Amino acid sequence: MSKTYYDPADLKKFGKIGEFEPELAKKFFDYYNAVFEEGALSAREKSLIALAVAHTVQCPYCIDAYTVDGLERGITEAEMMESVHVAGAIRGGASLVHAVQMMNKVKKLSM
Amino acid sequence: MIKSLKRRAHELAEASNQLKFLNGGPFADGEMPTFVEKIKPLGHFPLKPAAIEVFQVNVGYMCNQVCKHCHVDAGPDRKEIMTRKTMQHCLDVMAKGVIRTLDITGGAPEMNPDFRWFVEEAHRLGVQEIIVRSNLTILRANKKYYDMPEFFKANNVRVVSSLPYYKADKTDRQRGDGVFNQSIEALKQLNAVGYGKPGSGLVLDLVYNPNGAFLPGDQMQLENDFKTALKRDFELEFNNLLAITNIPISRFLDYLVVSDNYEDYMDKLINAFNPAAVDGVMCKNTISISWDGYLFDCDFNQMLGLKVTKAPQHVKEFDLEQLEKRDIIVSQHCYGCTAGAGSSCQGTVA
Repeated sequence: MSKTYYDPADLKKFGKIGEFEPELAKKFFDYYNAVFEEGALSAREKSLIALAVAHTVQCPYCIDAYTVDGLERGITEAEMMESVHVAGAIRGGASLVHAVQMMNKVKKLSM
Repeated sequence: MIKSLKRRAHELAEASNQLKFLNGGPFADGEMPTFVEKIKPLGHFPLKPAAIEVFQVNVGYMCNQVCKHCHVDAGPDRKEIMTRKTMQHCLDVMAKGVIRTLDITGGAPEMNPDFRWFVEEAHRLGVQEIIVRSNLTILRANKKYYDMPEFFKANNVRVVSSLPYYKADKTDRQRGDGVFNQSIEALKQLNAVGYGKPGSGLVLDLVYNPNGAFLPGDQMQLENDFKTALKRDFELEFNNLLAITNIPISRFLDYLVVSDNYEDYMDKLINAFNPAAVDGVMCKNTISISWDGYLFDCDFNQMLGLKVTKAPQHVKEFDLEQLEKRDIIVSQHCYGCTAGAGSSCQGTVA
């Protein structure tokens, strides 16, 4: 195997993190599964949120998992791409809104 | 329009090569468990049938479409067609009253010149349920099929139609350019005579299958999405959505190999193996009959050339007692029917 930090085969080993610390892993996975159940938001909506967040945190495992999840749920490609644009817009906006801070500083220091 | 694997003399057009493929690679070197290895510890091997209630009759491989995932390798260039004589053999068995459901498939079954005769004779015999698996576009392909919705209604046929998505792009990528719009027109004709309408008693079911190397999601959720979208966009109604897993044989197997998805897809099916689905697999209560009258455990085994064992193999020598004692032939493609909520020609099973 080529040397790399990421191996696609590791995704399905996610559950094995319990080998080193079973109690916390169980609590995490119980919580994780509960989060994605139908609730005030549909499981479909949560899948799209997860896809957007996966791109924000740039987790290749999560992008793989929630792209497949979206396909299985029959989520359209346009819906998936729009969700990533939401992530992109928030990330871009988070940088740009700090421009106000820069502008404030410039104005304070400048004649 | 692409040509069938058979017309292209593709190596996967040969059933023996498909079986060689399914038994080789990761299954030969022990990297992945074979289907037998998976079901044996559960006490399901040899897989035994229950009471046979369904006749799934493949009346020919000719089709007006050439879908990329087709497990039959059907298309306009396929000439295998069931004769009226073979249909009569099927009717002779059904006349004995054991078979509850006649499930007619193809190809496009409507293209068989004796299709209408076969349906009318089965209806006259009083077969409880007659299913026709229609690709929809055939109903709009030629004037001679325009009255098919009325014909279905007159014979109380349950129409089961393929529609892999409620939008054109994905549907056409799988089934060919323009298929979605033609399918919508056909569904409108079916709705117009009462199919899929509440209280009509005329059942119109749609078949969903994934548009690639992934598994179908929750059948109920997909049905809700389809119903909402088809009603909103086209004022269309239908009864049930049947979610079916793509089985790794024939053209879908070729797609998996060419797109470098084969091992990942098989791994996905194996990881999703659901022991509860084994009890509901359709080969338990179904006999598949090929265009030339031979008997198989299912339409997939038919395409793999795996005739029933331990019983006469032709419909003219149909022996219910021996067939119900036979061992069902299984291979790695059977993982497709036991993944997740299971898969059959009636949708999920678990």
